Amino acid sequence: MRYTPHTPSDKAEMLREIGLSEVEQLFDHLPAALRDKAQIALPPGLSETAVKRRMAALAAKNGTAEDWSLFLGGGIYHHAIPSAVDAVISRSEFATSYTPYQPEVSQGTLQAMFEFQTLICQLTGMEVANAGLYDGASAAAEAVLMARRLQEGKHRVFVSRALHPQYRQVIATYVKNLVDVELVEVPFTGRGGIDPEFLARQVDERAMCVVLGYPNFFGVIEDLAPIRALCDRSGALLATVTTEPLSLALLKPPGESGADIAVGEGQSLGVPMALGGPGFGFFACQKRFVRSMPGRLAGQTVDSEERRGFVLTLATREQHIRREKATSNICTSQTLCVLASTVFMAMLGKSGMRRMAEVNARRAHRARERLVKEAGLAPVFSGPFFNEFVLKAKGLSRLQERFAAKKIVPGIPLAEFYPELQDCLLICVTEMNEEEEIEQLARTFGEG
Amino acid sequence: MFESGSPGRTGFFWPEEAGPTGLPQELLRDEIPGFPELGELEVLRHFTRLSHLNFGIESQFYPLGSCTMKYNPKVNEAVARLPGFSLIHPLAPPALLQGAFELLFGLETALAEIAGMDAVTLQPAAGAQGELAGLMLVRAYLSEKGNPRRKIIVPDTAHGTNPASSTLCGYDVVQIRSNDQGMVAPSAVAKVMDESVAALMLTNPNTLGIFEKNINAIADVVHSKGGLVYLDGANMNALMGIAKPGHMGVDVLHINLHKTCSTPHGGGGPGAGPVGVKNLLRDYLPVPRIMKSGNGYELREDFSKAIGRVRSFFGNFGVLVRAYAYIISLGSDGLAETSRMALLNANYIRRKLESVFQIAYPERCMHECVFTDRLQQKRHVSTLDIAKRLLDYGFHPPTIYFPLVVSGALMIEPTETESRETLDAFIDAMTSIAREAEENPDLLKTAPHSTPVRRLDEARAARKPVLRWEPKRD
Repeated sequence: MRYTPHTPSDKAEMLREIGLSEVEQLFDHLPAALRDKAQIALPPGLSETAVKRRMAALAAKNGTAEDWSLFLGGGIYHHAIPSAVDAVISRSEFATSYTPYQPEVSQGTLQAMFEFQTLICQLTGMEVANAGLYDGASAAAEAVLMARRLQEGKHRVFVSRALHPQYRQVIATYVKNLVDVELVEVPFTGRGGIDPEFLARQVDERAMCVVLGYPNFFGVIEDLAPIRALCDRSGALLATVTTEPLSLALLKPPGESGADIAVGEGQSLGVPMALGGPGFGFFACQKRFVRSMPGRLAGQTVDSEERRGFVLTLATREQHIRREKATSNICTSQTLCVLASTVFMAMLGKSGMRRMAEVNARRAHRARERLVKEAGLAPVFSGPFFNEFVLKAKGLSRLQERFAAKKIVPGIPLAEFYPELQDCLLICVTEMNEEEEIEQLARTFGEG
Repeated sequence: MFESGSPGRTGFFWPEEAGPTGLPQELLRDEIPGFPELGELEVLRHFTRLSHLNFGIESQFYPLGSCTMKYNPKVNEAVARLPGFSLIHPLAPPALLQGAFELLFGLETALAEIAGMDAVTLQPAAGAQGELAGLMLVRAYLSEKGNPRRKIIVPDTAHGTNPASSTLCGYDVVQIRSNDQGMVAPSAVAKVMDESVAALMLTNPNTLGIFEKNINAIADVVHSKGGLVYLDGANMNALMGIAKPGHMGVDVLHINLHKTCSTPHGGGGPGAGPVGVKNLLRDYLPVPRIMKSGNGYELREDFSKAIGRVRSFFGNFGVLVRAYAYIISLGSDGLAETSRMALLNANYIRRKLESVFQIAYPERCMHECVFTDRLQQKRHVSTLDIAKRLLDYGFHPPTIYFPLVVSGALMIEPTETESRETLDAFIDAMTSIAREAEENPDLLKTAPHSTPVRRLDEARAARKPVLRWEPKRD
């Protein structure tokens, strides 16, 4: 067999050492009723060549960003990834290592985690960040759970309807069985942002936290100042959720606008789309909350010879120590994806991140202008945006074939998530969408 | 990386594009303070240097109990990087994702077959999220029957995630003790099992590496009071082609693909924790579900009883691609051989070391075995010292101090991908360490000696947490 190195003589000798003669004797203490029915009805194994052929055939049935013009964002983004990123994460010392519970032989992973935490703090403008969570959606849910720990006696969670719909679903799933949490959906305005008047009416001392996208699902950059003021008045915590963290290289970071918790999805920073996973969730907050945080943390310390080193720290929050009293059940930090994004941020650095973010904003704004002026699409929201925006195209569903024929996916139809937004498309433009593609997008809309 | 570099340097080139960004100035930040300014080669040197400070499976043997650190095949890595898998968008029209859906459907079917379950969801991003999703299924099912109940029974040998997931699902945890054979006795379950208990969470083989041979009788006790049985499938690597959880009275389980199905651990993720269920829980599975329709596949969300969504999009697809490649590579015979050789390797180590270290329980082991430091304690040498000394020999230590019921536990899981020669070298190292414990205990207490850093001050890290780099202040 391919991955088991045992020769017949290895097996015979090892069995003899154990005092057995047949491999089957290793499990003859299991009930026969179980053993008799254990045969796995799957096809026989394949050669590596056959595996590659089969997988390539499946892959060929998918429409990729190489063959299609995708104007798709909505939480997962197609960005340029320097080749250095895959080169680093392909190294077996990173890819095949375990969680760094033995710090003496895991300094590579631990230092990278520490560097990642630093980069996320710098990018979000927050004081502390953990080493990663599953994804942006569960990070948003964990933000609510942390607010619950910090805000005993308060039970109302205000979630913006302009937050990513799947994130709202995941939050709802996570808190469904917690009797002391009540979710309140906050409507959006014509600006495409959270309704501050609704909040002003509803947010009082019972409010545990306010959760909103920054930028939100419509690509709109929320105005955080009035929300912060409301939170100050009521004692609610402000949690921002960023699905496109590249935007934070250009926009005022959540920390500067007074966010208490800033979470999001990190895929856009150096991780390929891969049908939406694996990426990673990031989780940052004010320092005073650190002992209530979920997830792993790398911390700096010294070894017995006073040399700088890194360890997993504050583990008394975690499930393997605290069991049912843990801050979370999570015991993964998507570390390899976190490493990819650490390399990505190191490669682009201060000026490269800014440059990439500017190219996104510039191209997206130009595309929107063009689609409105030349193709006659109608603006839907008035708020400022980064690299995605919502436009209305009459008879949208009838246009599908026309776009498919040109191998264009013009955006995400919003009616499925928001019945009130019929014929509306969430259009994303990144540095991967060339001018000619945008021109063709506009032309194809204009043909109608 | 924050201590080198030079202002203005970057490893990324993109031609400057003219024109305004379109964003009002008041929304923009200044430059990101402290962000790196490095060139491409500097970045690569930095991370290559860091990689040299790590152990990994391709450089060292990693006998971590209950973690299944087997070889991560290269072909899986190659196929996961095909643009047809890596450059596809989850919100593209289903017509552009048919190959992905076919793969996911095929993986669900294969995992259901391996575990003897009726249906599988691939959404959970890790084992712990699978536990949470599985318990939510239990809760939804019982709620539908009129009462979600209040408690979950968890044996004292369980992974810490079991009680943590139970709490997150709104349940109280009732811990039961395993018996002197290291197993859960049906009578122990019967004593606490009543109509207030929603489920029992059991790991099989358990974390002592012992098969819970009374599992069907235990399941009968739980079922007789209307509860369900959850199987923590972390140790599925012991069971493929040997016994199916679906025949053990299990109603719901999760499988860790990063363990059993060879996907890389990545230094702490990404993993994947698919959940398998019997038909009684099928309608509650997370949405969307992938269904066959005509000659293709479609996504369906119209299940009124579904627990909702536990993760965005489709779970850790890239991990699922690798797991599928692994399963079709091995096929039915290869999977069965995998578990058989995992058992052979574990039993071999156990036999060869049982005269040197005290075995925790005399029962036969499956894919892992647990020793204690009792013999070495006489010389005041602890499990931690043994583990640290192993690093000097170039081996990753076993899982230590777990399960909690064993004082000074050393939990060894060799996996099937290790050759007899590697096992012998490890056995020699452990034997030599046991001798050192007798002759020169200080050597162990001050170990490791040859690693990039020596023992680290964890107490200091926790007392005064330094969790990010900051420039030195004068």
